[in-house]
Amino acid sequence: MENFSDVKYILDGFLMLFGAILVMWMAAGFAMLESGLTRTKNTATILTKNVALYSISCIMFYFIGFNLMYGDGNAFIGGGFALSGFSSEELGHSVMADFFFQVVFVATAASVISGTVAERMKMWPFLIYVVILSSVIYPIQGHWTWGGTSLGGLLEGFSDFAGSTIVHSVGGWAALSGVIILGARKGKYDKNGNVRPIPGSNMPLATIGTLILWMGWFGFNGASQLSLGSKDDIDAIAMVMASTNMAAAVGAITAALLTQIIYKKVDLTMVLNGALAGLVSVTAAPDTGMGYATIVGVVGAALAVFAVPLFDKLKLDDPVGALSVHLVAGIWGTLAVGIFGNGEFIPQLIGVLVIGAFVFITSFIVWKVLDMILGLRVSEQEEIEGLDIHELGLEAYPEFKRH
Amino acid sequence: MKKIEVVIKPFKLDDVKDALADIGITGMTVYEVKGYGRQKGHSELYRGAEYTVDFMPKIKLDIVVNDEDIDKIVEVIVESAKTGKIGDGKIFISDIEKIVRVRTGETGSEAV
Repeated sequence: MENFSDVKYILDGFLMLFGAILVMWMAAGFAMLESGLTRTKNTATILTKNVALYSISCIMFYFIGFNLMYGDGNAFIGGGFALSGFSSEELGHSVMADFFFQVVFVATAASVISGTVAERMKMWPFLIYVVILSSVIYPIQGHWTWGGTSLGGLLEGFSDFAGSTIVHSVGGWAALSGVIILGARKGKYDKNGNVRPIPGSNMPLATIGTLILWMGWFGFNGASQLSLGSKDDIDAIAMVMASTNMAAAVGAITAALLTQIIYKKVDLTMVLNGALAGLVSVTAAPDTGMGYATIVGVVGAALAVFAVPLFDKLKLDDPVGALSVHLVAGIWGTLAVGIFGNGEFIPQLIGVLVIGAFVFITSFIVWKVLDMILGLRVSEQEEIEGLDIHELGLEAYPEFKRH
Repeated sequence: MKKIEVVIKPFKLDDVKDALADIGITGMTVYEVKGYGRQKGHSELYRGAEYTVDFMPKIKLDIVVNDEDIDKIVEVIVESAKTGKIGDGKIFISDIEKIVRVRTGETGSEAV
C-alpha cells in the first residue's frame, strides 16, 4: 500500500462488497415476506421462485446485463459481455466489487414482481421473464441513468441515488404489466366487485421479512455512496443510513395511525408495507437530510395505505402490496427529489415517465408472448389445490398427511 | 331432531354457509379434515423419492336441525356444495337424543 489513493481504492471496494452482502440478504427478506402474506398451499413454490429469481438475475447480469448497462455502446444500450472491456485501474475501483454490488440490485427489482403475481402464475414462465428482465430490460434503462448516457440528453438532470425508479418502480411496472394479463386470484373479487380478503398465513414470517429488508436497505442506500475515501464520504453514508432508517420508521407509524383512523384497527400488514414504502420513497435521495426523509416517508406510506384498496377497486390483485409499496412509493420518492429535495421536478418527471413507459411496454410484450406460448396462469384446479402440489409436487407443511 | 354431517370441498364453505343462512340456519360447527372416497389422491416427490398422498383437504360441517326442515336443508346443501366433479362430498344424517343450550339451560327444539 503505497499512497492514499490505494487506501481509497480498497475502501471504496470494501464499501461495495459490504453493501452487496446486505442487499443479497434482502432476498431472504422478500422470500419471508411473500411466504407470510400468502397461503401455505403455495409456500414452497414462492420460496423456490425467490431463490431461483435471485440466482437467475445473478447469472444473466454477469454474462449479459452488466455490460449492456455499463459497457461502451451507444446512448441506448451498452455492449460486450461477461464484464469485458472494464479495467479496475481506469475505474479507480475494483470492477468485480462494482459488479457484485450492482447485481444484487437487479435481483431486488426482480423479486418485487414475484409477490404481485403469486399464487396463480406458473413458475417457469415467471423465471423466463426474469431472464429477460435481468439481461435486457433492467440494464437498458440502467444504462441511461447510472450508466451515464442520459439517453442522449433526454434524462439530463434526472437523479435517483439508489433506485426508487431504477430498481423499485422498474419492478413495480413489470409487476403491473404482468398482473393486468394474469388476472386476480380465484375468489378474490366476488360478482359484485367486493373484495374477499385472502389473509396471509404467517405474520411472524411477514414481519421478519420486513425487518430483514429494512436492515438490508442500509446496504442498498448506504453503499450507493460508492465512495469511502474521505470524511465527507463517511458523513454522507451515515446520513444516508440514518435517514433511510428514519423514513422506514415514520412510514411504519404513519401506516399504523392511518389504519387506526380509517379502519378503527391497526393493520400489521399495512404497518409492514408502510415501513417498506418509506424505505422505497427515501431511496431516490437518502443523502438529503432527516427532515426530507421524514416528509417523504410519511407521504410514501400514506400513499401506499390508500393505494392498496385502490388497486383492489381496479381488480388488480396484489397479494403483498408490491404495487403500492414499490411502484407508487417509487414514483413518489423520485418526484419528491424535485419537490422537497435537491433536484428539479421536470427532469424527475421525465425520468419516471420515460423509464416507466419503457419497462411497462417491453414487459407487457414479454408477458403476452409468454402467455401465448406457455400460458402464464395455472389451471383453476391447480390454483384451488395449491401450486405446491402441482408445480413442485412438494408441500411446505406436509406433516398431517404423513404421520 | 337430526344431526347433519356434511363433507364438502373447502372452497365451497362460503357458498354453503350463505345458502343455509338464506333459509334460516345460522349456526354450525366446522372442522378442517382430510379425506378421500372415489377421488384419487396425488403423488408427491421429495428428494428423489415419490410417495402417494391419498388425503385431500375437506371441510366438515355439523348442523343440528328440527326434523321438519331436513329435506329442504339437504337440498340446499347439495345445490350449493356441488361442482359436478368427483370429490364433492357426502351428507350423513343421524338422530339426536337431546340438546341443551349452555347459556340458558333450554332443551329440545328451543335449543336448536
